[in-house]
Amino acid sequence: MQVRIRYFAALREAIGAPEEEMELPDGATVAQARTLLAERRPELAKLLPACAVAINRSYAQPETPLSAGAELVFIPPLGGG
Amino acid sequence: MSDEATPTSPPPPAPIIRITRDPLDGAAIRALEDAVTTSGAGGVVTFTGVVRDNARGKRVRSLEYDAYPEMAESEMARIATEVARRWPESAIAMVHRIGPLAIGECSVAVVAACPHRAEAFEACRYAIDTLKASVPIWKKELYEDGQEWVEG
Repeated sequence: MQVRIRYFAALREAIGAPEEEMELPDGATVAQARTLLAERRPELAKLLPACAVAINRSYAQPETPLSAGAELVFIPPLGGG
Repeated sequence: MSDEATPTSPPPPAPIIRITRDPLDGAAIRALEDAVTTSGAGGVVTFTGVVRDNARGKRVRSLEYDAYPEMAESEMARIATEVARRWPESAIAMVHRIGPLAIGECSVAVVAACPHRAEAFEACRYAIDTLKASVPIWKKELYEDGQEWVEG
């Protein structure tokens, strides 16, 4: 299944793009997506462990499964305010 | 014998929630205060976050803020809903600026208007504390000799 990954802040600087479509196994969880992304995009590997995750603009847990067409964002440590 | 109803105030306005690249200057902050203050509000508390010249033992030249805009707005709306639940009759504005910011500029404004000052202080504090803990916004510090995305 295809998911849309959007990048912000340190991740966007590391990868040099605001987003990409990525092919993941059907029913892949957040944890599995994180592992796959770190393998496919080694420039992100150091940054991903500290990130929270959002699916379709809501925070998600490692075991949450993704659906086709989901918007997936790895959220680096926050700095707002 | 006359039966006077308890006077009622107008309902508080809907929350003001915004991510902007426009400067949060004095006029903008006054406009937010005016927008949330109706005749039932006796206490209005404004918090402004300001870019300072040092952090972590280093001199900071400037900042850059980034946001996941759609989720930042939905998380701020979630905070506003919780403010309305905990402090009925309150009104809240939460505006965060993104892009490059200079020392002394305002990065965020939170205004809470409530019937009394105790709730206004509590609501404002709750909103900014929760914003920092949950809203997807990031800060990059620029130094003389480098730059770094920082937490907190």
